[in-house]
Amino acid sequence: MRVRNTFKGGVHPYEGKELSQDKPVVEYIPKGEMVYPLSQHIGAPATPLVKVGDTVCVGQRIAEASGFVSANVCSSVSGTVKKIEPRLLVNGNMAKAIVVENDGQYTLSEGIGVKRDYNAMTKEEIRAAVKDAGIVGMGGAGFPTHVKLTPKDDKAIDYVIVNGAECEPYLTSDYRMMLEEPEKIVTGLLIILKLFENARGIIAIEDNKPEAIKVMKKVSEKYDRIDVRVLKTKYPQGAERKIIYAATGRKINCSMLPADAGCVVNNVDTIIAVCMAVCESTPVMRRIVTVTGDAVKTPQNFSVKTGTNYAELIDAAGGYKTEPEKVIAGGAMMGMAIYDLNVPVTKSSSALLCLSKDEVAKYAPSACIRCGKCVEVCPSNLVPQMMKEYADVNDNAAFEAVNGMECYECGSCTYICPAKRRLTQAFVKTRRSVMEERRRAKEAK
Amino acid sequence: MDNNTAKRLNVSSAPHVRSGLTTRSIMGDVCIALIPASLFGIYNFGYNALLIILTSIVSCVLTEYIYQRCMKLPVTASDMSAVLTGLLLALNLPVTVPLWMPVIGGVFAIIIVKQLFGGLGRNFMNPALAARCFLLISFAGPMTNFAVEKVENLALSGYWRYGMVAVDGVSGATPLAMLKSGENVDLLKMFLGVTGGTIGETSVIAILGGALYLLARKVISIRIPLTYIATFSVIVLIYGMADGKGFDINYLAAHLCGGGLMLGAFFMATDYVTSPITPNGKIVFGILLGILTAVFRLYGGSAEGVSYAIICCNMLVPLIEKFTMPVPFGRGRVHNG
Repeated sequence: MRVRNTFKGGVHPYEGKELSQDKPVVEYIPKGEMVYPLSQHIGAPATPLVKVGDTVCVGQRIAEASGFVSANVCSSVSGTVKKIEPRLLVNGNMAKAIVVENDGQYTLSEGIGVKRDYNAMTKEEIRAAVKDAGIVGMGGAGFPTHVKLTPKDDKAIDYVIVNGAECEPYLTSDYRMMLEEPEKIVTGLLIILKLFENARGIIAIEDNKPEAIKVMKKVSEKYDRIDVRVLKTKYPQGAERKIIYAATGRKINCSMLPADAGCVVNNVDTIIAVCMAVCESTPVMRRIVTVTGDAVKTPQNFSVKTGTNYAELIDAAGGYKTEPEKVIAGGAMMGMAIYDLNVPVTKSSSALLCLSKDEVAKYAPSACIRCGKCVEVCPSNLVPQMMKEYADVNDNAAFEAVNGMECYECGSCTYICPAKRRLTQAFVKTRRSVMEERRRAKEAK
Repeated sequence: MDNNTAKRLNVSSAPHVRSGLTTRSIMGDVCIALIPASLFGIYNFGYNALLIILTSIVSCVLTEYIYQRCMKLPVTASDMSAVLTGLLLALNLPVTVPLWMPVIGGVFAIIIVKQLFGGLGRNFMNPALAARCFLLISFAGPMTNFAVEKVENLALSGYWRYGMVAVDGVSGATPLAMLKSGENVDLLKMFLGVTGGTIGETSVIAILGGALYLLARKVISIRIPLTYIATFSVIVLIYGMADGKGFDINYLAAHLCGGGLMLGAFFMATDYVTSPITPNGKIVFGILLGILTAVFRLYGGSAEGVSYAIICCNMLVPLIEKFTMPVPFGRGRVHNG
């Protein structure tokens, strides 16, 4: 199989990484109340284990996975449970969350931080540790990691890929972690490789991060089973299907999981979380968040306790330099614009991007000139122009017929479109509608 | 937390950044790429060529503006697409036509071909070429009068009514017509463009210069022009051999440099709206164009065949797209492991 280190299509948006890439990660100590949504992952929301008035400690499990595809939620502070009520999340939805009054003592829960040797642990113990720690995919999707690490056949996994592409503009959290915690990344990868005896480890990094490549190569060189793979810098290189192809030459479509192609893909910070969970008995309690954009006084990278209010991070970064027109949770290509900063940091948060100018607002969509740029850049080899025609008239069947469900909403087509048409927006809407239809059809059976 | 109370934040669906490409910049790029061919046309045919180009552009833009105002549509006359249509139309006219002809052509291109079918992006035929063919059928005489004789002191009013004075047929024959009747042609002159023909089609070097600009700016892909010219060349060579000329590279070169082939292949067949959007469709489109052009030129009554070939294939575009849908990533034959 030919490995290309890149893929066909994609775009080159302004990277904006220079704003924060040289700022070491600083730990941020939260000031206000902590909010822990029960649903910080794909799958069933967790079930609360505490009630109002209970005292909690750092690392204590406050909500439990309610099924196989679900994840535990642990407190990142010690204090008292104040409320369990619906709270506003980053995606604009209200969802049930546990609100904890932080006592500022950071009293550790029993057993947190106990050192363990992964070599002495069985596969079951490792998987249990990952599940207990509530680890989810921290690249953004939030898919429970213990599910990823439990494929049908361990022996069929050929590659464990560490996703260090970080192709989203402005984001530098994974980059900082590769520079600052490379040993933990390698240890995390070795732990996962222990689960899959036939697998090789690949640390995949875009070539716009030479420092990270150097550091990761140095730290991993003594391990035969681990390679560092340098990928071409291009958006969306870090998309799961793309990084699998770029690193191994294998292809998966929307109906397959990476395991179907013998791959397991995890984000850099997820790998660190695995290392922390297994070696130091520490659940997911923090996330690296890049606070950046031209509207922020001092863009930087924070280690933020989950549950922290986003608005506090703006103050921590010196406040606004200019009044922002748009604030985005996540990157410029796939992040979510938020209208209220009083939302909690969750396990899959990655950035808070404050833009002084909302460049999208000045463009009104005009008629499609069929230039075919969307077809050229689509990493999934689709024809966005046709998908949009059908999406606009709510013709779900025709949308599916032109393979619309293969889209993963990376936004490349919308970025490139000279007529500034809102392609991705239409696809998000139509894809939800098709999934809803499918769900109903399944229930009716 | 008073950070977020001061001003309301914009909210919109991702992505939150856009490329610098606009419809205007793309249309503008194509116009820029046509400048060498236009300038050469003016050099070759005199200031009347400039008059025709300006008349054609102004009538297209004005028609679009007036139509959209009358129909209470958003006015998009400034998006450069009407300018491009006007320019292309002018480059496809002989310099001898009276000035009212580009006006009629422009009105036809903009109203009948473009706006009545829904405006920008909805026309099923290349407006400039459709207008050219319309004029060709309606006014066959002036439209095929390639008598090149610079008339410097004719009053504009006379020019408007009669066009340039046709001197006599011999000096005005286009290289393609000469080729068809078996006469010898001067290849170097054809490549440079100092021959008879429509305003913009004669100079191969000027057209290729513009085409290189478009390719470098990634405005067009090489797929259509390459497959078009390659298919055409193969058929012409085969025809030449069957005709007893043997492997006649000069005959082929004359066919490639003559007529509207280069202008058509790089600037009209690649028109976004009327060519397939699928990558493989572009290849099929180019092959069909090559076949049709060769058939029209070699077996047709007229020496020229590019315009008709392109508008014929324009109508096949939906069908071509239907059969050339790309296979999505990870579908089809996939070998994993």
